Amino acid sequence: MSNMGKRLTGMKRSTRTSMATYGMVILAYIVIQLIRGLRDGGVGPLLEGQLIPICAYVTMALALNLVVGISGELSLGHAGFMSIGAFAGCSMAMGLESVIPAAPLRLAAAMVFGAAVAAVLGFLIGIPVLRLNGDYLAIVTLAFGEIIKGVVTNIYLGLDSAGLHFSFLTNGNELLDGGKELIKGPVGVMNSERISTFTAGFILVMIALIVIFNLVNSRTGRAIMAARDNRIAAESVGISVTKYKMIAFATSAALAGAAGTLYGCSQVTFVATKFDFNTSILILVFVVLGGLGNMWGSVIAAAALTILPEALRQFQDYRMLVYAIVLILVMLATNNPTLQSFFARLFRRGGDDDDAAPRKGKLSRKEAAR
Amino acid sequence: MKKLLAMLMAVAMCFTLLTACGNSSDTPAETGSAPAETGDNTGETPADGTAFKLGGTGPLTGGASIYGLAAQRGAQIAVDEIREAGGDIQFDLRYEDDVHVAETAVNAYNTLKGWGMQISLGSVTSTPGIATSALNYEDRIFALTPSASSPDVIEGKDNVYQMCFSDPNQGLASAQYIYEQGLGESVYIIWKNDDIYSTGIKDQFMAEAEALGLNVVGDSTFTEDTQNDFTVQLTDAQQKGADLIFLPMYYQPASLILTQADQMGYEPKFFGVDGMDGILTMEGFDATLAEGVMLLTPFNADATDEATVAFVTKYQDLYGETPNQFAADAYDCVYALKQALETAGCTPDMSNEELCNALMEVFPTITFTGLTGDGQGITWDSTGAVSKAPKGMVIENGAYVGMD
Repeated sequence: MSNMGKRLTGMKRSTRTSMATYGMVILAYIVIQLIRGLRDGGVGPLLEGQLIPICAYVTMALALNLVVGISGELSLGHAGFMSIGAFAGCSMAMGLESVIPAAPLRLAAAMVFGAAVAAVLGFLIGIPVLRLNGDYLAIVTLAFGEIIKGVVTNIYLGLDSAGLHFSFLTNGNELLDGGKELIKGPVGVMNSERISTFTAGFILVMIALIVIFNLVNSRTGRAIMAARDNRIAAESVGISVTKYKMIAFATSAALAGAAGTLYGCSQVTFVATKFDFNTSILILVFVVLGGLGNMWGSVIAAAALTILPEALRQFQDYRMLVYAIVLILVMLATNNPTLQSFFARLFRRGGDDDDAAPRKGKLSRKEAAR
Repeated sequence: MKKLLAMLMAVAMCFTLLTACGNSSDTPAETGSAPAETGDNTGETPADGTAFKLGGTGPLTGGASIYGLAAQRGAQIAVDEIREAGGDIQFDLRYEDDVHVAETAVNAYNTLKGWGMQISLGSVTSTPGIATSALNYEDRIFALTPSASSPDVIEGKDNVYQMCFSDPNQGLASAQYIYEQGLGESVYIIWKNDDIYSTGIKDQFMAEAEALGLNVVGDSTFTEDTQNDFTVQLTDAQQKGADLIFLPMYYQPASLILTQADQMGYEPKFFGVDGMDGILTMEGFDATLAEGVMLLTPFNADATDEATVAFVTKYQDLYGETPNQFAADAYDCVYALKQALETAGCTPDMSNEELCNALMEVFPTITFTGLTGDGQGITWDSTGAVSKAPKGMVIENGAYVGMD
C-alpha cells in the first residue's frame, strides 16, 4: 500500500489528475449501477430518466472545455455540433435497424457516424473560423450554430426500399410502403426505439476523457497550449497555430457529435430548435463553473447543473430564479480567494490521497440532489 | 479573452435571471394567488388512496406559459368543483412545468411518476406531448391530453386520447369553412416553419384548398428567431392582392402581424385557428386591432348556457381573466375522466395499469357533453382521436361572437 502511495506521489501531476478523474467517473458509475441493481425502485424515476442526458452533457462540457480551456478559443456554437451528431446519428441508427439488430452495436455505429459527420463539419467550419481569434471567432461560431439550427429545421429525410429520399423546406418525399421518415423538418426526429443506455453513456464519457487527456499531455497538446498562451511566440518557433487549433476544434466537434447521438437516441423525440444558442451557453456555463481546462470540474459541473433545475421543482414557478441565484452564488464562491486557499490547503493536507476529495464532492452533490 | 468571457457570462446570467423573474412574477401579479399553491392546499384534503392521482405537464413558465397555466387552472377548477360536490370519484391534481421542451417534459413526467400518478393529463403542447405520450404508453398510464394536438401524440399509442382537434383537422375545417362561407377570394398563408403545430395545419389546409378550388395566392414563412418583424410577409401578401390571410400560429406572432398590418394600412380579413385564442387577454396588445379577426375554436366564453357561464364566472373570479379554450379543454378532460371512471366502476386503490385497461375499454363507448364542442356531445374512437364540431368565431367589441 505504501508502495502504491509512493508511486502515486511520484507520478507527474498531470497523470495524477487524469487518474483521479477516471477514478471519480468509474466510482460514480459503479455506485449508481449498484443502487439501480440492489435498491427497490433504483435511483428513482426522475434521476433514472436523467442519467443518459447527464452523460451527454458531461461529454459536451468536456468537448467544449477542450476548445475553450485548452485551445483558448471561445466557441458559442457547440450545440450545433451536438445537433448534427444527434440528427445524423439517429438517422443512421434508424436506417440500420434491419441491418444490425443488436442495439448496442447499432448505437456504436451511429455514434461513430455522428462523430464523423460532426468532425467533418467542424473541420469545414474551422477553415474560415480559426483564422480569426478572440471576439471575432466567438461571434462567427455563434452564427454557425444558428445556421446549423436553421438548416436542420428544414430537412426532410426518408428511407424506403428504393433508398434515401431528401427534400428541403417542404416535405416532398414520397415513400414506398414500409418506408420511414427519419427526419421530419420542424417535427424533428421521432425515434422508433430508444437504444442509448447508461453504460453506453459511461463508456462515451470515459472515451472523451481518454482522448482529451492523451491529446493534452502529448506534443500536440503542448503545441495547442503554446498557441493559446502566446500566439506570436508559438509562431516564432515554427508552430502552425491554425493547424493545432484545428486539431483541437475538430476533435471537440467529433466528441460533441457523439454526445449528440447519445442524447438523440435516448429521447422519444427532439427538434432542431432544442440545440440553440441557449444550449450552447448552458454548456459554456458548465465549463466555466467547472474551471477552464479543468476536466473533472467540467464533469461535476455538468452533472450537478443538469440535476439542479429538476431538484428545485419544489420551488415551483420560482425554480429557474432559484437556479440562477444558486449559479451566481456558486460562481462567487468558487472564485473567492479565501475559499480557494482553504481548499488548496485541504488538498495538500490530504497528501497522496488527494484524489479522494473530488470523488467525495461528486457523490455528495449527487446525493444532495437526490 | 477572459474579460469577454466574463462579460458574456454576466449578460447570459442576467438574462436568465430576468426571464425567470418575468415568468414567475406574472403569475402572482395577475392572479393574487399562485395556482400551484391552491393545488397544494387542496391536494392535502383527501387522505392517500381516496382520490385518483391525476398528473399533467405543461409550460407553466416561459413563452408558452399562457397555455399551460390556462390548462392547469381549468383542470383545478374542475377538481375543486368535484370535491365540493362530493361523491366517490375524487381527484388529486398535480401539474409540473415543462417549459414547452420535450426533455424537461420527460423530467416533469418522471417527477409525477415518482409521486404516484395513476392517470395522466398528458402534456399541454405538442412536442412535449409526443415525448410524454410515449412514456405513458410504456408505463401503461392512461392519458387524456387537453391540447397536444399533433396526430403523432396519439399515433400507435392505444392508451393516449386527445380532447382537442388534431392539427390536420383544423387545417381541413378552416379551408372548408373559408370556402363554404365565401370569406375570401384570394388567400395568403403566413406560417411558422419550425413549429409542428403550424406546419401540420398549413399542409392540410393547402391540400384541402387545392381540392376545393380555393385560390391560394401565396405563402411565406417565419421561425422562432424571425418572429419580430412581418413587414416582408405582409408586403408580399399585399402585392399579391390577398384579401384573406390565414394565420395558423399561436397568438403572439399573430398579434404582431395584426399590429404591423394596421401600421401599413393593409386591411385584409384575418383567419386564425385555436392558437389565436388568448390574443384578447395578451398584455400590451391593443385588442381593438383584433376586431373582425375570425378563428375556429371549440369553445366560446360568451356562450349563454349554464355550464359555460358558471365556469367563466368562476375562472374570472379566481384569476381575473377570461378563460380560453385550453382552460375549457382541461376542465372537460377532468369531467370526461370522471364520467369514464364512473362508467367503468373504478376505485382509487386500483393500480395505474388496471385503470388504464378499464379506461381504454370505456372511452370509445362514452358520449361526453362539456364546455367544448357543440350540443351534440363529444365522442372518441379507439385510436384516441376526438370527434367534436369546431365553432367559427369572430372578434367583435373585444369578445368572441359565434359566426353562424
